[in-house]
Amino acid sequence: MAANRKVDKVSGVETTGHTWDGIEELNSPLPRWWLWTFYATIVFAMGYVIAYPALPGLSGATQGLLGWSSRGDIKSEMQLLNQSRAAMRTKISATPIQQVVADADMRQFAVSSGAALYKVNCVQCHGSGAQGSKGFPNLNDDSWLFGGTMEQIQQTIAHGVRSTDDAETRVPPDMPKFGADQMLTAEQIDQVTETVLQLSNQEHDQAKAAAGQQVFVEQCASCHGEAGQGNQEMGAPQLNDAIWLRGNTREDIRAQINSPKLGMMPAWNGRLGEAATKELAVYIHSLGGGQ
Amino acid sequence: MIKTSTAVTVGVAAFLVLLAAALGTDSLFRVHAWIVFLVLAIATIVLLRQSQAVTALAPSEGAPNQYMDGVVRYGVIATLFWAIAGLLVGVLIACQLAWPEFNIPPYFNFGRLRPLHTSAVVFAFGGNALIATSFYVVQRTTRARLWGGDLAWFVFWGYQLFIVMAATGYLLGITESREYAEPEWYVDIWLTIVWVAYLLVFLGTLVVRKEPHIYVANWFYLSFIVTVAMLHLVNNLSMPVSLLGSKSYSAFSGVQDALTQWWYGHNAVGFFLTAGFLGMMYYFVPKQANRPIYSYRLSIVHFWSLIFMYIWAGPHHLHYTALPDWAQTLGMVFSVMLWMPSWGGMINGLMTLSGAWDKLRTDPVLRMLVLAIAFYGMSTFEGPMMSIKAVNSLSHYTDWTIGHVHSGALGWVGMISFGAIYHLTPKLWGRTALYSLRLVNWHFWLATLGIVVYASVMWVSGIMQGLMWREYDDQGFLVYSFAETMAAMYPYYVMRMIGGALYLSGALVMAYNIYKTIRGGAPVVAHVPAAALQAAE
Repeated sequence: MAANRKVDKVSGVETTGHTWDGIEELNSPLPRWWLWTFYATIVFAMGYVIAYPALPGLSGATQGLLGWSSRGDIKSEMQLLNQSRAAMRTKISATPIQQVVADADMRQFAVSSGAALYKVNCVQCHGSGAQGSKGFPNLNDDSWLFGGTMEQIQQTIAHGVRSTDDAETRVPPDMPKFGADQMLTAEQIDQVTETVLQLSNQEHDQAKAAAGQQVFVEQCASCHGEAGQGNQEMGAPQLNDAIWLRGNTREDIRAQINSPKLGMMPAWNGRLGEAATKELAVYIHSLGGGQ
Repeated sequence: MIKTSTAVTVGVAAFLVLLAAALGTDSLFRVHAWIVFLVLAIATIVLLRQSQAVTALAPSEGAPNQYMDGVVRYGVIATLFWAIAGLLVGVLIACQLAWPEFNIPPYFNFGRLRPLHTSAVVFAFGGNALIATSFYVVQRTTRARLWGGDLAWFVFWGYQLFIVMAATGYLLGITESREYAEPEWYVDIWLTIVWVAYLLVFLGTLVVRKEPHIYVANWFYLSFIVTVAMLHLVNNLSMPVSLLGSKSYSAFSGVQDALTQWWYGHNAVGFFLTAGFLGMMYYFVPKQANRPIYSYRLSIVHFWSLIFMYIWAGPHHLHYTALPDWAQTLGMVFSVMLWMPSWGGMINGLMTLSGAWDKLRTDPVLRMLVLAIAFYGMSTFEGPMMSIKAVNSLSHYTDWTIGHVHSGALGWVGMISFGAIYHLTPKLWGRTALYSLRLVNWHFWLATLGIVVYASVMWVSGIMQGLMWREYDDQGFLVYSFAETMAAMYPYYVMRMIGGALYLSGALVMAYNIYKTIRGGAPVVAHVPAAALQAAE
């Protein structure tokens, strides 16, 4: 093959003498910059391997001269962070919530911390703007299922609603399945739906609404109030306003009377701790609807 | 020249699949078997009709002393078909990310279409491009006909059946949930059989070669075939729940599972999308430029260093996870050392043009190949950079990774394959030239614009996303919720979809051009002069 070598006219470099389907190869040396950069990456790799955990053995790996580990790294970062917050956290834990809000420093810390906690733990249901969605309450308005004072909000966050793993959880009575359990006839449900529409000043059938009035007084008023004003003791939503947890259409209301969906919220005390639920309550209260 | 025995074999296979459809233990498996049965039944009918018609005619596949190009022609058409299918699904899922209304449950949800997109582009488009060009290149550079006779046809059709089974399985919801290896155990076994046949055809052809040396393109193709076989076998080790059911359980669990998955995933990039397409580059660039390869020595050194380094780099996909620190370190340093071995291919490709740079002005096909090499160089710099832990802590899980993958897939894999197809088509169908170089030019600019839009949008959105995730206020409290970062991505998702649509439109222009080239006029050149197959002097 050496006999076939020839000098390429353009580059002045000799070919290797091999030809495949007309393709030849020049015998150019390795580009120097390429070779030296390659060496440099190898030297870097060796240095890195010496400095950091790298080489596995039978019982664990080399630890590296720097003594760095990813677990140690996060541990020290978390320690620093917790230290910087420890004083404030202890103070907030020990202070009644009204006094937390009265103190400018504590309030500022609680709102910032509560906002961050909200972003991680609460947005999934209540939305990134606390605007809620169907079945999940809006936290910006002044309509509260279980009360909107700071203490009531903290109680709800700390122990949840119908939570299965918290003995102090809020346990509102379950709304009966008026249709599914055949407590009311279809006609009665139809009528009382119109009554509820009337209560909230929506378009409704006058005759049916009047006919449903008696069913409302007998079946609904005990929890929701005679005027549909709701009852926070029982977690019964207000019906005579324009705020609706599960929709305000005729179909939404009828479905809820027929076979109601019941809300639940986890208890957060166990997971986040006392100080954090207090901070969350301060933050939620500060959104505008707090009482 | 279809033998009746082939039709009978496919018919028997169809019957066996029909039995599986009847006896399957879960409904998904039965539906899947019905689909495969329908495909095989139609294939049987087509084969039977052709075998009757062909008996009186002369063999269509050329004499045994000629190159076997029929399978390459089918491969080119399959490559184009799957390219358009894969890109189309890509544009659709880009729409789904911007506008969730495009999700049509359950069969056309993002979760099912995403693996359909990745598999269609990587394995259907990329795989067909590699099989077709490797069959073409290995014959030319060994001056030998493909070894194994009709085995090459089995590889081609068997691979299409694999693609159909994988794709329909995804839509039905049959998945192993292993990224880029989603097909279930029975599809994996079928692919293994096809892949071994592919290896036999390729190796057999190398063995019966009439050239004394093996050309560098074939080293790359061979390393691709061998390594993908190994990756596929190990990563898919699993135990089926039932021999007539779709579900299986992986042999690995926990962090070992993650490491195996990314050893596979990264080397699918390394050996499928890099080594395989470098093989393509090493043949079509010097052919199209009509210049010698720049450096034989560089090709040897970068080949061996590339395949040695690549296989260790997978752990960089698992930085800051439960993977032990030592494995993360090794994954990172091997990725950094991989930079120059990767760039060896870029240098050899670009420097091959020295003395032919002026052709870029007149030859849009060469321009396409060169752009591919440029994107190859860019992504193989970006990759090692992103593997550095400090960079990765920002880039990981963000759209930056998606941008990186697409500059590689659209820029390198796509453009080098398109360039190769433009080079091949006139030769395979005996035409003097392509139907329209002007349309190639259009394709070049549509695709280039599409990639630039896509990649730059993903850089901006990815880095923004990473910065938002790690944004803390001066007291160390998190500033943005995940939903807020999603809302901020919206305009970029829309622009990404536009970039993808531009790239897809370029591929449609190509399909039209190739169609017109194939259909236009009678063949003017004989396929291959028989003399080409004589022994080397």
